[in-house]
Amino acid sequence: MILQKDIERLSAGSNETFVLNLGPQHPATHGVLRVKLTMDGEFITRAEPVPGYIHRMHEKMGENRTWAQFLPNTSRIDYLSAMAYTHAYVAAVERAAKIEVPARAEYIRVITSELNRVSSHLVWFGAFLLDLGGFTPLLYAFDDREKILDLLEGLTGSRLTYCYYRFGGVCNDIDAGFVEGARAFVTYMRPRLLMYRELVTDNVILRKRLIGIGFIDRDMCRRYGASGAVLRGAGVNYDVRRAEPYSVYPQFNFDIPVFPEGDCMARYLVRMEEIAQSLRIIEQALDGLPEGPFLAKGVPRMMKPPAGDYCFAVEAARGRFVVRVVSEGKDIPYRLRLRTPSFSNLSLFEEASRGMMLPDALALMGSLDLVIPDIDR
Amino acid sequence: MNLPEPFRLLLFVLGTMAFVGANAAYLVWVERKGAARFQRRPGPTEVGPAGLLQPIADALKLMSKQLIVPPGVDSILFRLAPILVMMPAMMCLATIPFSEALAARNINVALVMVFAFSSINVMAIMLGGWASRNKYAIISAARIVSQNIAYEIPMMLVVITLVMMTGTMNLREIVDQQAGAIWHWNLFRLDENPLMPVTFVIFYICMLAETNRAPFDMAEAESELVAGAFTEYAGMGFGVYFMAEYANIVVGCALATLLFLGGWQSPIGVWSGIPWFLLKMYALVFSVIWVRWTFPRTQFYSLLNLSWKILIPVSLATLVLTAIMMKIL
Repeated sequence: MILQKDIERLSAGSNETFVLNLGPQHPATHGVLRVKLTMDGEFITRAEPVPGYIHRMHEKMGENRTWAQFLPNTSRIDYLSAMAYTHAYVAAVERAAKIEVPARAEYIRVITSELNRVSSHLVWFGAFLLDLGGFTPLLYAFDDREKILDLLEGLTGSRLTYCYYRFGGVCNDIDAGFVEGARAFVTYMRPRLLMYRELVTDNVILRKRLIGIGFIDRDMCRRYGASGAVLRGAGVNYDVRRAEPYSVYPQFNFDIPVFPEGDCMARYLVRMEEIAQSLRIIEQALDGLPEGPFLAKGVPRMMKPPAGDYCFAVEAARGRFVVRVVSEGKDIPYRLRLRTPSFSNLSLFEEASRGMMLPDALALMGSLDLVIPDIDR
Repeated sequence: MNLPEPFRLLLFVLGTMAFVGANAAYLVWVERKGAARFQRRPGPTEVGPAGLLQPIADALKLMSKQLIVPPGVDSILFRLAPILVMMPAMMCLATIPFSEALAARNINVALVMVFAFSSINVMAIMLGGWASRNKYAIISAARIVSQNIAYEIPMMLVVITLVMMTGTMNLREIVDQQAGAIWHWNLFRLDENPLMPVTFVIFYICMLAETNRAPFDMAEAESELVAGAFTEYAGMGFGVYFMAEYANIVVGCALATLLFLGGWQSPIGVWSGIPWFLLKMYALVFSVIWVRWTFPRTQFYSLLNLSWKILIPVSLATLVLTAIMMKIL
């Protein structure tokens, strides 16, 4: 009888381990990520991520379509941070084709990218709390995010997978309604952040669950190429917006939140602080929004960038996202390489989760802020 | 009541079952509506006025679903566990007096009986998890056993403290002792024992843990263990577990009301009766729901630490101090 066999196996001693399949359908993996856990009781001895369940070959797709045709793909890699991803791609192509982007377009890009970053962090905030068993913050966060989605929907026509940037600018200009809405959002969001601090950050159970859990030090970050909040939560002051300034970011005053502890709480605080900093950037960009064209003149309908190898990095919501395009001077790219932050951030999970208990490991996984299509691109 | 004995018994069996069923169904509705209010959304609205028929629709849906018994499970235990989980909750309710006159049985050791039966509930969830032959369910079963052992000890200790003061385990007598106004309730009898609020807080925390409610819902822990011990259950098998959870909350809150909040005694000394009992009990039930939608889940080891390192020493100290006080005063 099977039950008898189980009793024998389980009573054989604790040095015997068992394999627990976390996913591909599991509430905590937020998508189709499978993690093969080797467990000793409730302790993880080995966690082996098995990505690839929703691989869509975006890189290969890039080699099979014209430069402009790849634009919609960029928003489907990290669906929560679509603006930044499109930004990296258009900027790489602009660099290749030497297109000057008008100042107004750069400002609009910064505003929309930062709004998108705030909405992405809000989703992470809700989902992370859901991982920790708190259901209510998710709906509060989604309520706030809805306001951003409405704003961006009015501007771009889509709510999630925006295809708003074009080579040389953006596809349509922002109007007074958008500017007003964005300002209203900034003033609305600040007290909300204070409320989140009181309701969630200062909660004693949450602090117990996050402080001292899931250490990731800067050495581990370097070995796995981690970036974004994971890296800044390990005490490394690295943000692409500062380290390799792009667009009009050098014109704005903002801080890079860095917390040296390297635990889940540090990563949590980095992201919460980043929301506040993004609001600052949005405010400054709205104040300094210049007049002028929103799309560069003379951009050819069929792009044929001169032959060469071009790279562009942006700070997406999850970390450093790099697009590398290799052009042969034809209407389609020779090679298109996407370096996505979630992939690197996931790779350190195996080492960081060793010896942890299952709930703590899930807190660690949540604090990495994984977006599965970003891993399987 | 002056009914002949077999009819009286039958009436109370039916009454208890109806009460448990109605509570389980409508506390789900209250929980969903309450959660919705906390989260600024309307909650169930479609079925009936204010979604009031939603529990019936849910029950019909669950009953019409196939009862899947996965291959390889221990089919007897797997089917038995949901029955075992529901039964003790009903048995406990049979001993709980709702008012002076309304109680299924006036038993002298009612308190012992309640605790004896509520332990079966744990065993039933463990059996369900064990029989499911699912790794998540087995982890959950292991968790629930150690959790309940850890929390039954402080709960027992505070109840012993209380029984030392009341001198009886008959629930009706315990309530009768609290007659009068609000300062006669066990919770506020500070002149006799200033530690009563401490025992109530420990009792409340242990009750949350015993009924597997957030922030101690280790057995279900949906973001860790999918659905814990209930992962493999479908249809009404799952529904019964769900009902038992609410039935256990009702039992726990009713017990807290009887032991600490004066049962059916009115806070102003006059007009005592069933409404007061129900009011206090449902206020406690609401607080349980409130806690669930406010706090995240604790870790399993900090849950055990809380019990073994804080609750058990504190409740032991309360017990000893109460004994000393009773000897001296």
